[in-house]
Amino acid sequence: MSLDKDQVQHIAVLARLRVADEEIADTVDKLSRIVDFVDQLSQADTTDVVPMAHPLDAAQRLRPDVVTEPDRRDEIQEIAPAVSDGLYLVPKVIE
Amino acid sequence: MSANDLHTQGLAQLARGLEQGDFSSVELVQALLDRVQAHDGELNAFITVTAESALQAAQRADELRRKGENGVLNGLPLVHKDIFCTRGVLTTCGSKMLENFVSPYDATVVERLAGAGAVMLGKTNMDEFAMGSSNETSYFGPVKNPWDLARSPGGSSGGSAASVAARIVPAATGTDTGGSIRQPAALTGTTGLKPTYGRVSRYGMIAFASSLDQAGVITRSAEDAALLLGVMAGFDERDSTSIDHPVPDYVAGLGRSLQGLRVGIVRQHFDAGLDEATGTAVREALSVLESQGATLTEVDLPNLDLSVPTYYVVAPAECSSNLSRFDGVRFGHRAENPEDLLDLYCRSRGEGFGAEVKRRILTGTYVLSAGYYDAYYLKAQQVRQLIADDFRKAFADVDVIAGPTAPAPAFRLGDKTDDPITMYLNDIYTIGANLAGLPGISIPCGFADALPVGLHLVGPHFGEERLLSTAHQYQLLTDWHTRCPGDYA
Repeated sequence: MSLDKDQVQHIAVLARLRVADEEIADTVDKLSRIVDFVDQLSQADTTDVVPMAHPLDAAQRLRPDVVTEPDRRDEIQEIAPAVSDGLYLVPKVIE
Repeated sequence: MSANDLHTQGLAQLARGLEQGDFSSVELVQALLDRVQAHDGELNAFITVTAESALQAAQRADELRRKGENGVLNGLPLVHKDIFCTRGVLTTCGSKMLENFVSPYDATVVERLAGAGAVMLGKTNMDEFAMGSSNETSYFGPVKNPWDLARSPGGSSGGSAASVAARIVPAATGTDTGGSIRQPAALTGTTGLKPTYGRVSRYGMIAFASSLDQAGVITRSAEDAALLLGVMAGFDERDSTSIDHPVPDYVAGLGRSLQGLRVGIVRQHFDAGLDEATGTAVREALSVLESQGATLTEVDLPNLDLSVPTYYVVAPAECSSNLSRFDGVRFGHRAENPEDLLDLYCRSRGEGFGAEVKRRILTGTYVLSAGYYDAYYLKAQQVRQLIADDFRKAFADVDVIAGPTAPAPAFRLGDKTDDPITMYLNDIYTIGANLAGLPGISIPCGFADALPVGLHLVGPHFGEERLLSTAHQYQLLTDWHTRCPGDYA
């Protein structure tokens, strides 16, 4: 096993993803298999190879700095789980 | 033509029938909605059926035609993979996370097709967030293959492929990140086109791996794919990676003959990993091309064996970043009674995502984390460059590269769910095109054990015209693409 339970739990916290206790053994097993599989990449000789940034070597373009979007806040907040007075509600962050 | 056989016709034929007034769009749409009713119970290809709005759109299309104001797809029915945002219509991406998400806007693909007069009949089932090759990761259950209901239609665009194969609709949109249009097309005996990266706008297409994702189509012929691509392709300022490149008339280009076509063959594509009967069907297809004046040349793609591991670093890395937007705050699933903000994030995501999506997010987070970035992510992007260089060199000598789309015909549901690597290797022949941003098409070329086999053609960047004309010329000489699973004739 290339990964252990503690490593997977740590990655899960970084990913903001709860992995239930009953899922953990299977997750450790399958993630280890995936990591072992992608480890083949270490065999490739990539000396002086420039990593790909875009498949067509295109650069990010800029657009004119003008307002293009109308205000659709009310419509967009209709699909939010919890809003009040135009604000998204989350559990209290600052006591 | 009677209302009883409208479902047997492809888009181009239906367009002629509408033009000649043989039937109306309302009659056509109603006939196909009846097919959904009759067959979707067993296939599970649809997540949402938009019967009412489809009939209204068909009525509008008929009125426009009477006034002579019809677009090129006026009144023609199609379905969208449920990864495309559709304003006012449920858009789930096959996930519990978006089980109740009604999109406030349309994807560019949806907008352009509707603008040309196409009528949407519904949204199709798919692997959750397009992560899968069998449709079994969908929160809404697997899609069944119309050729054998115990088998997978492939994935992730499995609902789109199954609904076209079963003659429920003539055409469907799909997306392809590692083979998600071409592999299900191969496994269901349909035609599936993945265009060049940046050819079709990704705006409103829920992102999985942004440097690999591309929208395309699943149809019954290359001619129909050409018709749709002409409408979908083109620059979109709302997609920052959309490429501003002229859109040719793909339909007009279909007549180009196979005489002098230089076809590249990759030896590794025909090695021990390939099912024997699949290999036989593909070799026969190559000899059909040869008989029409195409030349076959062996080409070398020395780094191709590393394409699947490269993909399984790059795609999860991008997925872990893209899917961070699902936080239980602005839209999508939210956990009940969170203790604090961290608990809200972790539980909303833990409950909303299925097992495969979680694995990919965790893999991606791992390969991007401090201390591992150089060994995995940077290394993978370097190997990706080597793979793209291999293709670049090969296309100096050939016009298309041909081979099998998938290593074997449709597998049984449940056969590959225990080991993720076994499932990942389904895409061994298709992933290279995504890594290099190249266009690819899968077309039916025969059967193996009474299941369809796909011929895969890959072209250079913006080589869609030659792919489509090659596929069309092959389809003029063969009838594999007209074969229909017996129960759906």
